[in-house]
Amino acid sequence: MKPLLLGKTGKVVRHVVLVATALFALLPFVWMLSLSVKPAGEIFQADFHLLPSSLAGLDNYRTVFANAPMLRFLLNGVLVCGSIFVLQLLVCIPCAYALAKLRFRGRDTLFSVVLIALLIPPQVLSVPHFILLYYTHLLDSYGALILPWIFSAFGVFLLRQFFRTIPDELIQAAQLDGLSESTIIWRIMIPMSAPAIAAFGIFSVVSHWNDLFWPLIALRHVELATPALGILLFRDDEFGQQFGPLMAATVVIVTPLIVVFLSAQRRFIDGLTIHTMK
Amino acid sequence: MSHQNLRGWMYSAPSVLMMGLLLFGPLLAVLFISLTDWQLGQDSFSFTGLGNFRALFADAVFLKSLRNTCIYVLLVVSGTVILGLLVAILLESSDGLKGFYRTAHFVPVMAAASAMAVVWGTMLHPTIGLFNRVLHVFGYASISWLRDERTALLSLVVIGIWQGFGYAMVLFISGLKAVPQSLYDAAEVDGADGVVDRLRFVILPMMGPVLMFVVIVTAVRAFSVFDTVRVLTGGGPNYSTDVLLYRLYTESFDYLRTGYGAALTVVFLIIVVVLTLVQAKVMDKRVHYS
Repeated sequence: MKPLLLGKTGKVVRHVVLVATALFALLPFVWMLSLSVKPAGEIFQADFHLLPSSLAGLDNYRTVFANAPMLRFLLNGVLVCGSIFVLQLLVCIPCAYALAKLRFRGRDTLFSVVLIALLIPPQVLSVPHFILLYYTHLLDSYGALILPWIFSAFGVFLLRQFFRTIPDELIQAAQLDGLSESTIIWRIMIPMSAPAIAAFGIFSVVSHWNDLFWPLIALRHVELATPALGILLFRDDEFGQQFGPLMAATVVIVTPLIVVFLSAQRRFIDGLTIHTMK
Repeated sequence: MSHQNLRGWMYSAPSVLMMGLLLFGPLLAVLFISLTDWQLGQDSFSFTGLGNFRALFADAVFLKSLRNTCIYVLLVVSGTVILGLLVAILLESSDGLKGFYRTAHFVPVMAAASAMAVVWGTMLHPTIGLFNRVLHVFGYASISWLRDERTALLSLVVIGIWQGFGYAMVLFISGLKAVPQSLYDAAEVDGADGVVDRLRFVILPMMGPVLMFVVIVTAVRAFSVFDTVRVLTGGGPNYSTDVLLYRLYTESFDYLRTGYGAALTVVFLIIVVVLTLVQAKVMDKRVHYS
């Protein structure tokens, strides 16, 4: 099943090319870590060394935590992305169940509408969302970051596809045992669709965690910023030219998601590429 | 049956409600606003028909941003596809360090674009930046990568490719895994066993639909470029890195020209929808193949 049959030289060439491209992929991370532990003097000196000559640069991290609510940004991210995901499940699961397992008039039309909804890029809706939140006095709050996203057409679609693969006999047997429909959803459909829910969760959390566009529009208060916006505010505040602290801040912002990724790679890659099923 | 009707709509009610309120309502609102001269915060407006669209296509700044976006998309898509396919094929051709390489190439995909844009900003910095340090070693003069009209958009293109080629790699790998062994065997029988022959007769023809799919997914992502522009260039210098979403953001939320911004939004919407529909067509075909 190997695409190319490589001899000894071929294998060496393979490593040479892949090391080069992997270096390209990892270079910004190495650079970021390197600068984050260097004092300003070393960053500006003429010759470049990957490692700092002393540990004085660790002060950069102290500067960051003393001047910006970094942990708050991360907590905001967890709170906002977690809430979005939970609400998306609450809204989408019943609908996905109905579309997959119930026969009702208008079902096919409803499913077509969900498919059309999949086509709409979220940035298109920013002005109406802004107006909606303005009139409900929710701008500049956690609600502003969460509410526009609690319906996910992709979530309904993905879960519906997965629910369909669960055999009807299983549901009928449960009904014979006297289980109510909500119990069936909760105790059978959801546990059996754990892989799909995990994939959707990763897709949802990563995209909202990394989103800059919407928080930039919806927020004024620094304390409510999610990580992607937080780092920009930190830079624009006064640290744009203080490269050591600036890189330390990006390390703090970027690390959590990378650590989670490294601990569950397979799931992440599946989750982020699952919309190929669309 | 009528019992199921009721339950079906009951379970769907939250989704239907939210879809109307948060998706289709706003979508209709954008289409409506694009036909008016409304400005955010004002009480009155009047209909201008297609006036906003006419103004848009007479606006040199918009046309420049449209052109920039197209150039950006073209370059990012070609770079991402070529690099992603190269890495995927080499990665799958032997088992040595396979897992490590896959992980390493995928890390940029899920790192926050805005934070990594800040990092790229320091790498491209005129004095302390990595790229100019390398140029110095070879005796070349410094370049102000992000402040020079000739290099600013190209710099963003490199970052765009860096962000996405690991993603393309993963999609290509799943495409490669779907190529049946029998085809390789058949090619072998016909004496088509070398690298070039395999690429030409087996891999590229079989990867057609995946290739098309990667092109479109990457194109949609590239058309939506915003973070790097906002963080690194603000559309400058001299509008040389201004792109559709950045204009949308500036017109709607900085200048508060809501009607005009909405017209721009509609143009962006049409581009993305057309691309996605092409993708749906391609995926349909792929289903028939399998």
